[in-house]
Amino acid sequence: MLFENVSAETLGNIYVGLLGLAVLLYAILDGYDLGVGVLIPPREETFRDDMIASIGPYWDANETWLVLAVGLLLIAFPEAHSEVLQSLYIPATIMLLGLILRGVSFDFRAKVVQVHKRKWDLTFKYGSLLTTLAQGYMLGIYVTGLRTDIWAQGFALLSAIGVTAAYAFIGSCWLILKAENDLQAKAYYWARRGLFALSIGIVAVSLANLTLHDDVRDLWLSSTIGYVLMAIPVACFLLLSLCGVLLKKLPDAGGKGEWMPFAIALTVFVLCFTAFGVSYYPFVIPGHLTVQDALSDANSLRFLLVGVVIVVPCILAYTAMVYKIFSGKSEKLSYY
Amino acid sequence: MDAFLLSRLQFALNISFHILFPTITMAMGWFLFYFKFRSNVTGHPVWMRMYRFWVRVFALSFALGVVSGVTMSFQFGTNWPGFMERVGNVAGPLLGYEVLTAFFLEATFLGIMLFGIRRVPNWLHTLSTLIVAVGTTMSAFWILALNSWMQTPQGHEIIDGVVYAVDWSEIIFNPSFPYRFVHMMLASGLTASFLIAGLSAYRMLKGDDKLAPKLALKTATYTAAVLIPLQIFAGDMHGLNTLEHQPQKVAAMEGLWDTTEGAPLLLFAIPDEESRENHFEIPVPNGASLILTHKMDGKIQGLNDFEGEHPPVAPVFFGFRVMVGMGFLMLAVSWLGSSYLLRGKSFPLWLKRVFAGMAFSGWIATLAGWYVTEIGRQPYLVSGVLRTQEAVTTLPPSNIAFSFTMYATIYTILLFAYMGTLMLMCRRAVEIEEISTEEREMAKASKMSPANT
Repeated sequence: MLFENVSAETLGNIYVGLLGLAVLLYAILDGYDLGVGVLIPPREETFRDDMIASIGPYWDANETWLVLAVGLLLIAFPEAHSEVLQSLYIPATIMLLGLILRGVSFDFRAKVVQVHKRKWDLTFKYGSLLTTLAQGYMLGIYVTGLRTDIWAQGFALLSAIGVTAAYAFIGSCWLILKAENDLQAKAYYWARRGLFALSIGIVAVSLANLTLHDDVRDLWLSSTIGYVLMAIPVACFLLLSLCGVLLKKLPDAGGKGEWMPFAIALTVFVLCFTAFGVSYYPFVIPGHLTVQDALSDANSLRFLLVGVVIVVPCILAYTAMVYKIFSGKSEKLSYY
Repeated sequence: MDAFLLSRLQFALNISFHILFPTITMAMGWFLFYFKFRSNVTGHPVWMRMYRFWVRVFALSFALGVVSGVTMSFQFGTNWPGFMERVGNVAGPLLGYEVLTAFFLEATFLGIMLFGIRRVPNWLHTLSTLIVAVGTTMSAFWILALNSWMQTPQGHEIIDGVVYAVDWSEIIFNPSFPYRFVHMMLASGLTASFLIAGLSAYRMLKGDDKLAPKLALKTATYTAAVLIPLQIFAGDMHGLNTLEHQPQKVAAMEGLWDTTEGAPLLLFAIPDEESRENHFEIPVPNGASLILTHKMDGKIQGLNDFEGEHPPVAPVFFGFRVMVGMGFLMLAVSWLGSSYLLRGKSFPLWLKRVFAGMAFSGWIATLAGWYVTEIGRQPYLVSGVLRTQEAVTTLPPSNIAFSFTMYATIYTILLFAYMGTLMLMCRRAVEIEEISTEEREMAKASKMSPANT
């Protein structure tokens, strides 16, 4: 069998790395299209058409990263999958309902009579909102190590709002990149608002985070890695400040540098995720279950690794190809 | 109600709703590729008209399949944690390969199929259509490999109750897999054929006089007429395979309580599990033995040989009859339709109505068939390895009752919205003269009249 000399420990690291990659790509990719969904204005129909057109060719594939992430958790760390998702059963159900509603609205809206179109648009908006809130809440509870007390609930609510703000922010940055004229102007406005909410969110979550697990606090405050970790919020702060300046200046720059807010949002996502990953490694459930303890049979993982090594680079390549094909301002969403 | 019953109901609801859409998209992907291929070869714009109409049906079906599929990937852990604990070492990689080799392929290239025609060269658009068709088929390959392994497990060893994979090619190509894969792909072909034929007939009934629905109806009717005898043959082979590996399922399908030589084929009966006998039997003497063993007095094991180890009889028994009945109805209708087409005649009004009425008949046959095979595996989740009862969650029943109610409500709404939207799309297609400038140019180039396409 291939990869026979890959030890269980290495396999655990590979799979937790893959899981991290899938979650990060999901947060960025589905993040912007969920964000666009949350921002849908109920009253301006032309905006709605253009906004939905901007995510049309991508959302199906974006959502597939969630399937991969949940799948990897299920396959490589089945114990963690069942424990996390049984504890989070109700919010997970709500998230799934939200995903169902937004996913189908997307396709129904284009095919129904005009009077029903607005209903599906609103279903799309509130389905997206339900999804982002539920994801943020689940992230919050997960980070506490699946606690259910009042503090954990408060933290989870904070996280629900923070994640929604983050998605809305990256969504508006996406629109700056993809939209023109009035909608783009509106997107700049949304991005400024989102930036503000996101900054507060990052500070609040970071501080609250330090109170949750003793070893995480020790890692941040006393070890040498702590300096590197501390550099992350500082870098985020600088980047977001830069973004604030850009959001004021870019509308008058005549279309130059429209990609920069999205690039900054993406970098901030990566940085926050890295800080998060470093803080909680080697746990798959913070403070509770480690990668090694949750790992499923090594031989099965080796068998899957063959596919992973061949297929994942292909997926990344053709995903990049699709983004290149549809680069530039989005067109009206007609089925060609 | 307890968590076990609720979880089963919820899973049954989810998977029943989910399978409706892949059943359509698996074969419709190939139909679309055929339309695109004909368009490239003939240059006649009608093929792109058909492509354009059906790719939207495909997109809608695909979206419903995706969202209901995501739900399933969560339920393995939430409602059936024992499944992954005990057999995850086999199930996990198979699911993993499905996500990696199929889901991303389908979802990514669907974007190009739907929105990319002006942005990519024609060959890439054609290739994307082919890739999506291959992707849906790959998806069926992996998930049916897993399902078949659950029916007829092999290639594994069990240590302390946990299953470990030993030989992956034995696991994937387990005894029932080739039969189930062919049977399901043909089922998908028939479902899509009858949907295409049915909705095209519906368009014609609503006054659509254009060429596209006529050609779609013709293509789909011929396809169904060819596939249905193959399906009946494949189904028979699958039945023989089941008799070999899961005789208790066949006994339930036949409603046979005692082991019998020369068992009758029951056209109808009401199986009674309390008294372990049938009421109101309409038997064809020696029929079951003839079909299953190809001998008049062949011996078939009865349910009483498997007491406590056989599935609930009535749903398997009736499910089987619904599936077979629907199959023969499809045979009659598609051959009748073909006989009109072969003589160059158009369908009479009543036949168009019959086709329109059977637009969703593939769903009924597919669901009935899946109920036979899935309920027929009970009380096991993995035959002889893991009982369904052992895999269930410890979640409070009230939580599952909540999620079940929500799913049931949403799925009911969506099912009606889906069917209603398809009908609406048909009615709108009647009025719209959808010929684009590009098509006029294409028609000019190929010296064909774009009128009435």
